[in-house]
Amino acid sequence: MIRLKVNGKNHRFNGDPNMPLLWFLRDEIDLKGTKYGCGMGLCGACTVHVNGRPARACLTPVSAAANAAVTTIEGVSPDGSHPVQVAWEELDVPQCGYCQAGQIMSACALLSSKPKPTDADIDTAMNGNLCRCGTYLRVRAAVHKAAELTAANRTRPAKPAAKASSARTTRNGGNK
Amino acid sequence: MTMTRINRRAFLQVTALAGGGFMLGLYTKAGTALAQGPPRMAPLVPADFIRIDPNGIVTLTAKNTEIGQNVLNTLPMLIAEELDVDWKDVKIIRADADNKYGPQFTGGSSATPMNWEPMRQVGAAGRHMLIAAAANTWGVTASECSTASGRVHHKASNRSSGYGELASKAATMPVPDLRSVKLKDPKDYKIIGTSTISVETKDILTGKPIFGIDVSVPGMLYAVFQRTPVLGGKAVSANLDAIKALKGVKHAFIVEGRPLRNDYPNYLFEDPGFESGVAIVADSWWAAKSAREKLEVKWDFGKWGAQDSAENAKKAQELSRQSAARTLRQDGDVEAIFKHDDIKIIESSYVIPFIAHGTMEPQNCTAHYKDGKLEIWATSQIPQTGRTMVARLLGLPESDVTVHLLRGGGGFGRRAYNDLMLDAAWISKTVGAPVKLIWSREDDIQHDYYRCGGFQYLKGAVDKGGKLVAWHDHFVGYGEGTAFAHDGGFNANEFPARYVPNYRVQSTVMPLGLKTGALRAPYSNCTAWVIQSFIDELAHAAGRDPVQFRLDLLTTTPLPLAAREAGLDASRMMGVIKLAAEKSGWGKRQLPKGTAMGVAFHFSHRGYFAEVAEVAVDSNKKIKVNKVWVAGDIGSHIINPSSAEAQAQGAVIDGLSEMTQEITLKNGRVVQSNYHEHPMLRMSQAPPQIEVHFLKTNNPPTGLGEPALPPILPAVCNAIFTATGERIRTMPITKQGFSFA
Ligand code: FES
Ligand code: FES
Repeated sequence: MIRLKVNGKNHRFNGDPNMPLLWFLRDEIDLKGTKYGCGMGLCGACTVHVNGRPARACLTPVSAAANAAVTTIEGVSPDGSHPVQVAWEELDVPQCGYCQAGQIMSACALLSSKPKPTDADIDTAMNGNLCRCGTYLRVRAAVHKAAELTAANRTRPAKPAAKASSARTTRNGGNK
Repeated sequence: MTMTRINRRAFLQVTALAGGGFMLGLYTKAGTALAQGPPRMAPLVPADFIRIDPNGIVTLTAKNTEIGQNVLNTLPMLIAEELDVDWKDVKIIRADADNKYGPQFTGGSSATPMNWEPMRQVGAAGRHMLIAAAANTWGVTASECSTASGRVHHKASNRSSGYGELASKAATMPVPDLRSVKLKDPKDYKIIGTSTISVETKDILTGKPIFGIDVSVPGMLYAVFQRTPVLGGKAVSANLDAIKALKGVKHAFIVEGRPLRNDYPNYLFEDPGFESGVAIVADSWWAAKSAREKLEVKWDFGKWGAQDSAENAKKAQELSRQSAARTLRQDGDVEAIFKHDDIKIIESSYVIPFIAHGTMEPQNCTAHYKDGKLEIWATSQIPQTGRTMVARLLGLPESDVTVHLLRGGGGFGRRAYNDLMLDAAWISKTVGAPVKLIWSREDDIQHDYYRCGGFQYLKGAVDKGGKLVAWHDHFVGYGEGTAFAHDGGFNANEFPARYVPNYRVQSTVMPLGLKTGALRAPYSNCTAWVIQSFIDELAHAAGRDPVQFRLDLLTTTPLPLAAREAGLDASRMMGVIKLAAEKSGWGKRQLPKGTAMGVAFHFSHRGYFAEVAEVAVDSNKKIKVNKVWVAGDIGSHIINPSSAEAQAQGAVIDGLSEMTQEITLKNGRVVQSNYHEHPMLRMSQAPPQIEVHFLKTNNPPTGLGEPALPPILPAVCNAIFTATGERIRTMPITKQGFSFA
């Protein structure tokens, strides 16, 4: 029996202890925000925090997270109000968006250890996160922006945008 | 010219005919390249795109698949503009695949050109009906009424009504004639031309399950599918009992596959269609994937089991020395020019590798077959074709197949092929449960529809005055007979055709046992590199400035277009070349030793792009692209400037990644398996600045997913040449010892 905390909630797992944390999160406790990209630690799409440090969930057996506190994209803030999310929205970072959960988790980890990172710091911290759509310039700018927002201790409300209500009808595969 | 048998261009021509629009019930051909028989008539109705609830909430349907290009916003923005509602008051829903929406085709940078007119007309017709409802209620004439922000106003009587109040009456008003419906004066645009953030951005940033891979259906099982590693191979037997005994495994079975070529006479050459393999279905994806590691399959690999990239390269060399199988175009007499002794002749050969798409979200599809009906959740770029294919495979009427469209984690052409739909549907039907099929990254890289490789043997001549006087090209590619593999051909009218008096392009093809297909800016993504590199070689041979040499070429009076030929508009191209040169300070900046600028241009997908790259190369041949200037002309309007800049910047980074990629075959199988062997640029390797400039010209707006990509490869290679004296003629650049720092 493996016990672990995910986004502040306790979970137990009786299955294969070698199952990567990635698939535990996605398929066992239905947190689909953490993404599968390569399964080999090459792309960073699966980045989560384990006890506050960034980790590749595809290479972390769920047993290695036993008794740990795991944070996923869903735990950053439920409403997108974290400075990193706000900066990402303001600078319109995502294209397809698939890599962005991993980008955000890496950025959050960087900013908590280096509140005012340089371009070089950002490149080093983010180099493990591939983006097939090529959003790197905006990612870099958004990390700086998030640092500013955090420093100013303000998170502006997001710009009004239309809602994708279909997300609600299709996200769980529900029939329309 | 037959570039492909499943012909993108022909398809676009067909669908362009549907540009008449939707609200009037104009008819569209069943929007699929594979559609057989007479066009299906699908009357289209406004209610399919616009819903206005009595409380005033406006819901617009986004019909095309979102793969990162923000088309979820783009098309509804066009409707909202003409409907005259505020963007902040609009909700967007994604359409399922359905012919009632007209073509839901995500490819060829076609969303804007195909929908610019019809989507605005849909919005304008909706507005017209709302005005008619108000006028009718108030007993005034429609022409006295105006609209703004979701309300109809009658100034004279100082009355106004919200769209919500008018909605039910509007629905009973006659649908206006599309040709007579009045569109806004562009100077009044409030939405077109403003940056809007994707309606799904918030969901992305908070980790909501909006992608194809995130779908879950009650009772769903998870599948992996070991497809034949060699094209056309057959799974003969496997240790299925041992696999079925593994923990979590529910089903394991051989899929025989079925050649779809019989069903679709114009299907891809060697594509067996529904391929053979072994499916493992388990209660978790991890269990299925782990079981697969124990899988032992006996295959019959058939005729492609010995295919080898090195052999193909050798064969291409031999073929290049023989006379070509086919002459695609001939102007003047190149051979006569090459005999002159007062000219400079340059001969070069270029090697184009196969490359994979490697979308961040691996291919996946969820299917649920139950009681003769099929429900699919997919990220297809051409979902209507997928629906047709899967209906035929399972022998169902199309009306019994529902395809829900989900956000795709990148597409780049890969999601145009719908092969996963076939696999998932078949597996679901076999096991009698909903099934989510997810490919591993390795499956994804090894079973792609690859960007086709090829070999270009060029010979060009410049005269004493530095003028390009002859151009010969023998393209040795892949295909069947003399026809090219899918998206692996050569366009006989490719620039500099018509601009060089003596011009000849010929081709020879070798057989290929690999599926090829559209990769972002198909054909252009490698052709531009070859042509713009060779033009650069000739400019240097002529001792001319590469920008001026190009401008002079474009100033030449072109040879006339043959019937049915489309040609580039030289003045639009010169416009962007000049803009890129001006913005980059071409020829005006002092650069340190080892640093240089390169230029290139290309016309594709109706878009005109010129790019300049400033590149530094160190003594270890490590490349740093310091800055890129992109100049594009895609017509009169940039619908969403933020997304447009993102597409152009992304295309540049994508193009740079392609310079490091290669797919090779050994024993009929793809050698590369994951991102370590098929890399992409990382953040530290990306140019720190990519400046994007649009030249707005009086032309209809066209698409941007693709045309910004092709020029970046030659622009960088041309800069590398100027910086180092070494010309890159073989991709990936690592073959010549270069790499990104
Ligand atoms: S999926 Fe974990 S690093 Fe790629
Ligand atoms: S936004 Fe598409 S992979 Fe990064």
